[in-house]
Amino acid sequence: MSRGANSRWLAAHALIVFAFLYLPIATLIVYSFNGQGVGGFPPRDLTFAWYRVLFADDAIWTSVLNSLLVAAVAVMIALGFGIPAALALDRAHFPGKALFRRLVLLPLILPGIITGLSLLMLFREASVKLSLLTIVLGHGTALISVATTEVFAGLQKLDRAQEEASLDLGANYWQTFWRITIPNLRLSIIGAALLIFTLSMDEIAVSFFLIGRDNTLPLEIWGRLRRGITPEINAISSIIFVFSLIAIVLWYRMRMTAEGQPEIVTELVETTS
Amino acid sequence: MTATTTNPAESGAKTAAAALLDIRNVAKAFGRNAVLRDISLQIAEGEFLTILGESGSGKTTLLRIIAGFENATSGEVWMAGERLDNQPPYRRRVNTVFQHYALFPHLTVEENVGYGLRVAKLPRPEIATRVEEALAKVKMTAHAKAKPSKISGGQQQRVALARALVNRPRLLLLDEPLSALDANLRRQMQVELKSLQREVGISFVFVTHDQEEAMVMSDRIALLRRGELEQVASPREIYSRPATAYTAQFIGHTNLLRGEMKDGVARCQSLSWRSGFRDGPALFSLRPENIRLASPAAHADAVRFRARVERHAFHGATDLLQVCCADGLQLTLRASSREHWQGDLELEFSIADAVPVRESPERN
Amino acid sequence: MFSRAYRAVITVPPLAWVAVFLLLPYALLFCYSFWSVSASQAIVHSWTLDNYRELLRVDVYWQTLFRSMWIAARVTLFSLLLGYPLAYYLSFHAGRRKDLLYQMVIIPLWVSYLVRAYAWKTILGSDGVLNTLLQYLHLTRHPLEFLLYSPFAVVLTLTHIYTPFTILPIYASLEHIPRSLVEASHDLGASPLQTFWRVILPLSIPGVLAGATFAFVLSLGDFLAPLLLGGPSGIMISNIVVSLFGAAYNWPLGAAISLCLLVLVVALLFWSENLEKKWSFR
Repeated sequence: MSRGANSRWLAAHALIVFAFLYLPIATLIVYSFNGQGVGGFPPRDLTFAWYRVLFADDAIWTSVLNSLLVAAVAVMIALGFGIPAALALDRAHFPGKALFRRLVLLPLILPGIITGLSLLMLFREASVKLSLLTIVLGHGTALISVATTEVFAGLQKLDRAQEEASLDLGANYWQTFWRITIPNLRLSIIGAALLIFTLSMDEIAVSFFLIGRDNTLPLEIWGRLRRGITPEINAISSIIFVFSLIAIVLWYRMRMTAEGQPEIVTELVETTS
Repeated sequence: MTATTTNPAESGAKTAAAALLDIRNVAKAFGRNAVLRDISLQIAEGEFLTILGESGSGKTTLLRIIAGFENATSGEVWMAGERLDNQPPYRRRVNTVFQHYALFPHLTVEENVGYGLRVAKLPRPEIATRVEEALAKVKMTAHAKAKPSKISGGQQQRVALARALVNRPRLLLLDEPLSALDANLRRQMQVELKSLQREVGISFVFVTHDQEEAMVMSDRIALLRRGELEQVASPREIYSRPATAYTAQFIGHTNLLRGEMKDGVARCQSLSWRSGFRDGPALFSLRPENIRLASPAAHADAVRFRARVERHAFHGATDLLQVCCADGLQLTLRASSREHWQGDLELEFSIADAVPVRESPERN
Repeated sequence: MFSRAYRAVITVPPLAWVAVFLLLPYALLFCYSFWSVSASQAIVHSWTLDNYRELLRVDVYWQTLFRSMWIAARVTLFSLLLGYPLAYYLSFHAGRRKDLLYQMVIIPLWVSYLVRAYAWKTILGSDGVLNTLLQYLHLTRHPLEFLLYSPFAVVLTLTHIYTPFTILPIYASLEHIPRSLVEASHDLGASPLQTFWRVILPLSIPGVLAGATFAFVLSLGDFLAPLLLGGPSGIMISNIVVSLFGAAYNWPLGAAISLCLLVLVVALLFWSENLEKKWSFR
């Protein structure tokens, strides 16, 4: 039957696309062990030398710490403003709601340069010096949209009847919020935190314009790239990849437990329309 | 267990009609789960056959096998002398009305109805005429340009019907098409569907779990239980002469009398009557409407007994009474709501109305 | 659920943040585009249309914008061509492996942009993996120059990065198509191919539009890939903006270009949204 033949062609295409998506990264990882440098084929002199260089590289580790700090604070900001935003979008009616919804979600689809530059101008006019703080504010702003989307999706799956039952049994709005709503959103919130943390660690487009003296990890790498490429960069990239991989799989598993497949981008699309 | 099957020709449907669809020993298992076991059934030209069963009986699976969306694990399906089940659904002269209609949301009513004709690349004018005809038949002409999301459930159902019929299939399959409608609309549609079938003249295979619906509409009913045919007969016959305890209970209300046959006498607790069946344990089905107040003179063919009214249930036209005999035997009977029967009653039923039925063993 | 205090708490803080960190910056962007820069590199807060006149007058801005749009269009096209069949496979043919394959699609989506762009840089260079591999296999004798520091490299890298962005919305809209519609189509005589053209494809258009919009808009405004891999011929409009905020130091002009870009992007988003609604059939 033709369905079988179709299936085979489609599977072959899928394989090619996955190869396209993963081979470059696989190459990167392989060459992080290459004694001869980033290029050349075939890879020879396999060694851990570059990783040793990496671990001795203080500047990189300082930037990693900076990134961790920034990511942690960005998560707090994004959740702190994103959870109320999701609730507001889901339940409250107020003037300007449509505009608010679009603005909150805009940074996710706008090229990072626009978000970065507009914030740069803000800090300039407000005479705020560029530093990790400005990067934190930039990440927070950009990533509120992620928090809002995730929590909003979680709210859709929340059974309203539970909250009504809580009110019926005598709890007021606040108690209901803390006892019923938030616990039900637990998985969405944790998932969002994980995702935001990862995205913040990797963020470069917005950070590019808001950087002061202290580098985050991506910007540190970027600076190196302008100067010259060594497999040490392959090494740190490989490590970044592994951590991202773990974080994403964890996030996905969490979302699946909260039921249904995470339709990341469509939720976005639906909430922007 | 072999089912009791009446040949379509015997049941009074278009007599001398040829068998259009021939289902031969079809079985279907999903993994280790056997959903259909050895089903053999014939459907005549122009007949309205209902496949009746509870959820899990396999009725939808059987329909899907005929339509081509499932393959039987074993057995064959033939239509008009040719093998059907080795063809993909889009090559079969069979069309389906889906349970939730499955109308194409991006096409108008008109475009939906004409879909099959466009796919078959018929000339445009012919498509237009046939679509118009089909829409008129289901009284949806006024909504031809509307999108499915803008019309009601009942209207969608008509469109689904038109879309299937316009292709002039040899067989129309209907998968519980009325289950999403409210009670009044359902009753109306049952009548309309039946007259439509008579008008169009093609065989309809209708799947439902609603036994009243089956009785109203069908020429024959095929009762399916856990993957096997329990009985296949006309509504009257299946009602008045159920073959098994399950059939008796599933279709309408009944009293199941468990007793012994010995030396030509059937004994069921305090009741006894002459009966010609063989000795041994026996099971009888007695419909509530067949129990009546005893007439003053005794009858040879009637069984008299005394019982006290325990419970009343109002059912509109009739009451359903639960009575209890001295020995504890409980029976249900029907009485007109206007008479208010109470206390101790002298009741009787005709021997002929105690229909012997087979046991229906538990099946996994 | 709507006590006054509750409503205030959930609306005011986000609104405040959005006002300060989104509305205000965009307003500033707007203002800056009408200001100018003095010789001493101070921003002169007097209103003028000079920046816009400059944009209209000087060719390089238009040319770069069109080149950027052309690059973005190619990225979008290739991403869709790669992504749609994969999304289709995932939705209709993947069966038990659906879950695993879905994860394999979202992983590259969230893995660092920089890591992936860097990977291509090391692969495409004249001493890079690809060139040395081709020479090793005796398929070429000299390194292929066009692989790196060219629009080709930018398109290739951005396609790599944005293909997952197109797969997800297409997959979502395919998943939304009730399978009974596919069966109904077969029932009415349409073969699988006809069913695809008449039923599945039309109903998946919102997903295609969403994915295409993402890919196009994000590629258009990209500046990192051109910086790493584009070379002089691969410069995109955002690179001009970056240099105006850096070495070329003309913030107002940069703001003007950014504002134009912002307006263009927002217009595209609105247009795409409208199209999606028209093709939505819900």
